[in-house]
Amino acid sequence: MIFDFETLKFLWWVLVGVLFIGFAVTDGMDMGVGTLLPFLGKNDDERRVIINTVGPHWDGNQVWLITAGGAIFAAWPLVYAAAFSGFYFAMLLALFALFFRPVGFDYRSKIADPRWRSFWDWGLFVGGAVPALVFGIAFGNLLQGVPFHLDEFLRPYYTGSFFGLLNPFALLAGLISLGMLTMHGAIWLQLRTEDPIATRAKQWAKVTGLFTIGAFALAGIWVSIGIDGFRVVSMPELGATPNPLTKEVVIDPSAWLANYRDYPVTLLFPILGFAGLGGAVALSLQGRAGLGLIVSGLGITGIIMTAGAAMFPFIMPSSTMPSNSLIAWDATSSHLTLTVMFWAAAIFIPIILLYTTWTYRRMWRRVTVAEIKAQDSLAY
Amino acid sequence: MLDSAMIELSRWQFASTAMYHFLFVPLTLGLVWILVIMESVYVMTGREIYRDMTKFWGKLFGINFALGVTTGLTMEFQFGMNWSYYSHYVGDVFGAPLAIEGLMAFFLESTFIGLFFLGWERLTKRQHLAVTFLMAIGSNLSAMWILIANGWMQNPVGSIFSFETMRMEMTSFTELLLNPVAQVKFVHTVAAGYVTGAMFVAGISAYYMLKGRDMAFAKRSFSVAVGFGLASILSVILLGDESGYEVGDVQKVKLAAIEAEWETESAPAAFTAFGFPSNEDEDTHMAVKIPFALGLIATRSLDEEVVGLKDLMRQHEVRIRSGMIAYDYLQRLRKGEDNDYNRGAFEEHMGDLGYGLLLKRYTENPAEATEEQIQMAVKDSIPQVAPVFWAFRIMVGAGIWMLLLLTLGFYYNAKRVVQNKPWLLRAFLYSIPVPWIAAETGWFVAEFGRQPWAIGEVLPTSIAASSLTAGDVMFSLGAFVVFYTALFLIEMYLMFKFGRMGPSSLHTGRYYHEKQAAKQAGHGAGASPGAGSGASPAPATAPSKQESGD
Repeated sequence: MIFDFETLKFLWWVLVGVLFIGFAVTDGMDMGVGTLLPFLGKNDDERRVIINTVGPHWDGNQVWLITAGGAIFAAWPLVYAAAFSGFYFAMLLALFALFFRPVGFDYRSKIADPRWRSFWDWGLFVGGAVPALVFGIAFGNLLQGVPFHLDEFLRPYYTGSFFGLLNPFALLAGLISLGMLTMHGAIWLQLRTEDPIATRAKQWAKVTGLFTIGAFALAGIWVSIGIDGFRVVSMPELGATPNPLTKEVVIDPSAWLANYRDYPVTLLFPILGFAGLGGAVALSLQGRAGLGLIVSGLGITGIIMTAGAAMFPFIMPSSTMPSNSLIAWDATSSHLTLTVMFWAAAIFIPIILLYTTWTYRRMWRRVTVAEIKAQDSLAY
Repeated sequence: MLDSAMIELSRWQFASTAMYHFLFVPLTLGLVWILVIMESVYVMTGREIYRDMTKFWGKLFGINFALGVTTGLTMEFQFGMNWSYYSHYVGDVFGAPLAIEGLMAFFLESTFIGLFFLGWERLTKRQHLAVTFLMAIGSNLSAMWILIANGWMQNPVGSIFSFETMRMEMTSFTELLLNPVAQVKFVHTVAAGYVTGAMFVAGISAYYMLKGRDMAFAKRSFSVAVGFGLASILSVILLGDESGYEVGDVQKVKLAAIEAEWETESAPAAFTAFGFPSNEDEDTHMAVKIPFALGLIATRSLDEEVVGLKDLMRQHEVRIRSGMIAYDYLQRLRKGEDNDYNRGAFEEHMGDLGYGLLLKRYTENPAEATEEQIQMAVKDSIPQVAPVFWAFRIMVGAGIWMLLLLTLGFYYNAKRVVQNKPWLLRAFLYSIPVPWIAAETGWFVAEFGRQPWAIGEVLPTSIAASSLTAGDVMFSLGAFVVFYTALFLIEMYLMFKFGRMGPSSLHTGRYYHEKQAAKQAGHGAGASPGAGSGASPAPATAPSKQESGD
């Protein structure tokens, strides 16, 4: 075991972040495209063009989400247990929305009936917009703390309700998530389609990008003055056997700003968030969508890391029993499991990036109506 | 104590969504290799019909795969949603193969599947074949990791309980990988998937032959399917699952339940071919026994005995009592009374902690269980025998039927007369559902036969569930039933539509329905009757826009 336990616990916090970011910039982009589908495609041919820009890739991209789920199961079992069972109905909502995607992509164009196709177009919209919203809402709730506690045998109990999750701050977080992914999807469409779709996509990128910048700024102010954070008062040493019942945590109104105060370098994350989004909108307006796509991916990374860095080491704070909060030091798997999983991730993530890049390069071109018509029986 | 109605509903939900998921998995596992075979022939010989075969069966593969992905999402979400204590208790071990499955296998499969469908015009022949091959490798590796995870539920090796973290922790990743139960399960399950793919292609090809259309296409497809299918069914049967039943208590119980063997019989044991097992009476009514057969099937020998259920329950009673002591010391340790004496006493009985937890169904504190509660826990330390007994026989019957059919199909196909055997073609057509019956009953034996355990000897199902209400799970179960039924109807509609249309759905102009349409257009109404076979040249009216090979 090359890394000590303490280091691995931190590395896994980073790796889960990497998987979330990987999900957001790839599959999140596809969700943005799904969200825009009914609005950007004015007729069936245009909608098929939009779908086929992500057609070859959405399936592979979705595995970022699946792997992030599996990694949380393996690296933070209690987080997986408490969050998925606690957010039961929100998870169901995301899950059922996700159902529309595989079937929507694959089945939509297999039958020519306009009602059938329209149904699946809206299905792809739901499959894009609803999970984007729900995942943002989940983040918004994590920032405020979740009403749960653990018993002496570490069984998690959730004492909130589904509608309790839909509070104003969480809804704002949901809109940030939806806004940034829609912007990202719009820039992708600007890059991969021709006019008139590309021009419409540019308009949407501007509107959603500016909206997200505003919402992100509002959320920042809200966290600074209106949201209580959590602070660890005492806990065992960082490399100790993970046990979430052995620390003391208090609610502290300025706790979510503490990391930015103590480690000013973390301020780069919110700066990246604003600059990335702003830069992406500017590049999109100049017609430089390729660079814009990369910059908007950086912006998304900045936004996700802003939330992560504010909360670190907290993953899932408990609002009702703060000392039961799950943190990066005490909610992890064993040293051996984290080691095995670390090497699996270190070996396979670069390989995945390599072959994913290859598939994008092979399929790279602007998708046109003429091409869709030529490949009618094969295209989505 | 958890609400028992909630636990029952959670089990129904998991069982139904898992079995539903497995309607799509085996076809993916098998059909993908058939696509590899067909496309390899295309690349080697350059004959277009093999490309058409790859594309057409690939289309059906895609319709199936979409629901495989959809329903697979549920599986991942559901452990955390409905089995949160399970997720906490074994995530350290069970989570690892699931996560590695994503990283190593599912990424590979899913990334290349998009290029399989949409990359025909943008990849060279060899590149496209490589894509198909990687997709096949990905799907099969995926099955391997899932079965390593499942094998650990049946026979939890390479791990130990930690009272400090209150969960199972991995002690050896290699042992987890090389778990003998996982290994036999992998071979058995993927080979069963190959049979499913073969029966599917053979059955639909038989339909085209019965209709006398697209004969060249159908005969070639049938050939590939029966060859691949026969090899696969022989693997399934010869390499069966039995060798995995020798390790671990849970597997022994399952074996005894499969055979409805209540009393330990001296070796070599008889095989109960028929009967009505009853857990109440601890006996099998109207049993018809075949001497020696069980010993041969289960232990591959004539001198090893198969332990009966009553003896296993006696062993369980001892372990439940030992588990009560383990629970008692666990409570002390959790309260902070951490000293050498308590640790030593706990470690002595730790292996039986799971048996102690069986009492949680009846009492909050297993250490203080009454004699009556212990007897109840002993009673349900084995599964309901009759469903396991019957499901196994249905599976075996389906397997033998497919062996027979594939042997005949292979024989007549090799003699090149299969198209003249309508009875056999009809048997293939109507046997399309049989591999699914075998796969579903097989999984039922494996999972229902594991009860009362979620993780064999470690974690009872009754405490593995989340702290939800029965109403919560009722709602989600209802939603799954409604949604999944709709998806199933849509999927079947598309399968039948494209199955009936056959290769004409590729719009190459070379196949039956399009030729018929072209003839109608060319000769006007009342044209000459269709020639039937695929021997006639391509009609001039059909557009040949996609002829470029690469």
